[in-house]
Amino acid sequence: MSTALLEVDGVSRIYSRGSLLSRRQFAAVDRVSFGLDADRAEIFTVVGESGSGKTTLARMILGMVAPTAGAIRFKGRDVSHIRGRRARLDFMKEVQPVFQNPFEAFNPMKRVDRYLFATARRMAGLGETAAIADAADVALKSVGLSLAEVRGRFPHELSGGQLQRVAIARALISRPALLVADEPVSMIDASLRAAIVNLLRDLRDRLGVSIIYITHDLATAYYISDRLLIMRRGEAVETGEARAVLDRPQHPYSQLLKASVLPPDVPSEPGGRLRADPIIPQGASSHA
Amino acid sequence: MTSPVLAVSDLRAYYRTSAFGVQREVRAVDDVSLAIQPGEIYGLAGESSSGKTTLIKTIANAIQPPLQVLAGSVLFDFAGQRFDIHALRPRELAAIRWKHLSYIMQGSMNVLNPVRRVRQTFVDFAFRHIGRPLPEFLDVVRQHLQRLHLEPQVLEAYPHQLSGGMRQRVTIALATVCRPQFIIADEPTTALDVVVQKGVLGMIHEVQRALGSSILFVTHDMAVHANLSDRLGIMYAGRIVEEGRTADVFRAPRHPYTTHLIGSLPHLGDAAPKQGLPGAPPNLADPPPGCRFHPRCPRASDLCRRDVPALETDASGHRVACFHPATESVAESIS
Amino acid sequence: MGRTLLDLLRFNRQFASGAALLLIVAAYACLSFFSPYAPNDTYVAPPDVPPDWTYLMGTTSRGQDLFWLLSFAIRNTLAFGLAVAVLSRLLALAIGLVAGYSGGLLDRALMSLNDTFIVIPLFPILVLFYFVMRDRMSWGLLALMMACLGWAYDARLIRSVAMSLRHREFTETGIFSGMSMRQILVEEHLPYVLPIVFSTTMNNINWSIGLEVTLSVLGFTDINTPTIGVLLYWANQHTALVSGIWWWIFFPVLLVVMTFIGLFLLAVSMNEYIDPRSRLGRRAP
Ligand SMILES: Nc1ncnc2c1ncn2[C@@H]1O[C@H](COP(=O)(O)OP(=O)(O)OP(=O)(O)O)[C@@H](O)[C@H]1O
Ligand SMILES: Nc1ncnc2c1ncn2[C@@H]1O[C@H](COP(=O)(O)OP(=O)(O)OP(=O)(O)O)[C@@H](O)[C@H]1O
Ligand SMILES: [Mg+2]
Ligand SMILES: [Mg+2]
Repeated sequence: MSTALLEVDGVSRIYSRGSLLSRRQFAAVDRVSFGLDADRAEIFTVVGESGSGKTTLARMILGMVAPTAGAIRFKGRDVSHIRGRRARLDFMKEVQPVFQNPFEAFNPMKRVDRYLFATARRMAGLGETAAIADAADVALKSVGLSLAEVRGRFPHELSGGQLQRVAIARALISRPALLVADEPVSMIDASLRAAIVNLLRDLRDRLGVSIIYITHDLATAYYISDRLLIMRRGEAVETGEARAVLDRPQHPYSQLLKASVLPPDVPSEPGGRLRADPIIPQGASSHA
Repeated sequence: MTSPVLAVSDLRAYYRTSAFGVQREVRAVDDVSLAIQPGEIYGLAGESSSGKTTLIKTIANAIQPPLQVLAGSVLFDFAGQRFDIHALRPRELAAIRWKHLSYIMQGSMNVLNPVRRVRQTFVDFAFRHIGRPLPEFLDVVRQHLQRLHLEPQVLEAYPHQLSGGMRQRVTIALATVCRPQFIIADEPTTALDVVVQKGVLGMIHEVQRALGSSILFVTHDMAVHANLSDRLGIMYAGRIVEEGRTADVFRAPRHPYTTHLIGSLPHLGDAAPKQGLPGAPPNLADPPPGCRFHPRCPRASDLCRRDVPALETDASGHRVACFHPATESVAESIS
Repeated sequence: MGRTLLDLLRFNRQFASGAALLLIVAAYACLSFFSPYAPNDTYVAPPDVPPDWTYLMGTTSRGQDLFWLLSFAIRNTLAFGLAVAVLSRLLALAIGLVAGYSGGLLDRALMSLNDTFIVIPLFPILVLFYFVMRDRMSWGLLALMMACLGWAYDARLIRSVAMSLRHREFTETGIFSGMSMRQILVEEHLPYVLPIVFSTTMNNINWSIGLEVTLSVLGFTDINTPTIGVLLYWANQHTALVSGIWWWIFFPVLLVVMTFIGLFLLAVSMNEYIDPRSRLGRRAP
């Protein structure tokens, strides 16, 4: 029997929002289940509405937030039960994140290279300064940067795309088995984006890294992902083989999502596609 | 022809740092000129780290060391009220911000103060400019949030309780609630799903058409440019290399970088990935001589390695900085 | 930080005058190293001489030259204030950062301890302490005791900042880079709370000096180490005011007031600089 790399088993996360007087509970993630196989690396894409709980789901998989209900198991171990520094370190060696907002991912008062070096030292277990610098450089080269460009710089001295690539490079240093990438290419131009997406595909095909890829970019999701999960208001509305889902979406929200993708060519009438149908948060199905 | 709201001429802005005695100069904006007409949406695209954010910071006068403006000028003209933004005193600048000119920063989700509720942030920034009693002001804000498909409850939340896209919409709301005449937006929709993005762009477009304001819009998402902007400028390594009406740039790109960029756009349903541009992005601390694109350019000649091509304007107002620009037919065969 | 201080000195009048006042006081304290007398010598000068050119501040009824005696006293008082401030700051930092970072049970435990310290009445405790210790009471012991009582407010402040830092994504990046808790607290979070610590230090020095003076005047401290409070205690014992020896009271009080005002001005001007809201206003996008 093949073992599972990751099992997400009916997880929910409840938050409350509002002021003291008008508190309201809601499920940021609502009974989501899926699994990744240990034998076959794959790119599992999560797309969906803004605020639908994608980041929350990712944070639960990373063990940063405990699920309110349900369980997440990584290689058979419940993620929220990993205690103690050793066990946490072993877990983090195998599961690495790329966070959504690159401007927030690094301490503004500290140089960015320290995160690369710390990862190389603590996670990849390297000791010598030269080996550490080397590992950082190799990782940066794979995302089109180099240590020379990054060394000694503070986050505000790098552009958004550069920071995003540094974040990806950092996550790659420890050679994780699972990469949880939250919108890793949102601030990168089309050409570099193609290069990074190809890098992700390479990681899967050559190094056997499984990737949870959260994105709003359906076009790249279409060509790199194996499976796809569409979320809306915390719920998984549709899941399946990526191309099948995107070619023939079943759920009304999936259909709306697909229909809303702006094609990258100029419309006959300026702004014409924008005016077409204003979105209505409620009852989207009536629109599909 | 009316006079432009914004006229940038020969702007040059470098980051000058000295660390451990080593001088370093990042030439992030080099001799950039552009003009934006009233009621126009001007899109700016280009490679990552080509200096778009830097250009925008100098235009909005959000300059902080080590960034220095070495040459050029940025002139605004709000219906006869003219000023050179770099000559303004801090108080005068504060007076026109938000009301006339608002600037949505890149990664703007973190301008929100982490220890203040969203409502307090709105009061801090926009209350003075709207000039209404507080309850009415909050009503205006709530209505405005509604147009961005945010529930009124977000006002009571702390930033970390909102998702990335919600924070991004909150900052868009903050920047547009005073209905400024000139909006500068740097990657404002990166964290939005396509459905909401379409709605937000529609809102921006609508506000812009209703008020006749002008927008300078930076994004990597070429699909957004295609559908929103009237004119499009393409930056590469600190320079504008091509500029023209959006339709022209998309249908017949003339600079080889633009050609590649347009060609690499993914369409939904593409089965094979596009290739990235070969070669390394230029290092702006030590840019290549001549045309900065020549090391990666299929059409590079000796001339390109030696001289810097000027941004030439053709009869239709299309501008391109290339010694060997594509003619229409060439462009079509490549893309 | 150095740059900031320099800017403050140049552009902020309050800060500059506060710094100037403290500089005068500190310079005077340093004079004690050149004193011709030992601090506890008595009857080395004619008693009860009013200020004149030989005895700038006059002499006490115990035959001490007030000028030199006061320099010892202010030195000890400043050192006391500083010692209390540094010790209590270390406590506040350690407890505030750890509580804010770890959250959960540890946080709740530490904070209930904190609340206890906030509500217990200080003065009776210190007096009680004196009666328990009696002759073993010393300057250092009192400083330690006051440090243990003086960290609570600031620990709470630091904890709230640490808690918001815990939610920031860069903390998570640190964790996933394998940094230890100590490393994250000291290297990533400390820079954010240092400015707060800096300004509360001033207030804390003021507080501890004030308390020390009060306790000493009443005789609840070690009266053999000259401090401003001990000086006033002796003046009281000799009913200096009644017998018209005003200078014995006037100069110590003047010096303490100068110190208070100096520290207060520093604290106020730094607070203004540190308060995120006023800074946000200055740099509004
Ligand atoms: N710490 C928190 N406290 C309260 N509510 C929260 C918290 N974190 C997230 N939420 C809420 O949970 C919901 C889901 O947020 P999440 O960040 O997971 O969305 P997302 O799918 O990543 O959206 P986006 O695409 O915009 O980044 C949102 O409504 C958000 O307001
Ligand atoms: N404060 C700074 N000090 C030194 N160099 C800087 C600083 N800020 C930016 N740079 C450099 O200037 C160049 C241009 O950066 P800029 O942020 O303008 O790029 P951008 O076009 O906005 O890129 P992106 O699309 O990735 O956001 C980059 O090489 C960057 O590293
Ligand atoms: Mg998210
Ligand atoms: Mg940028």
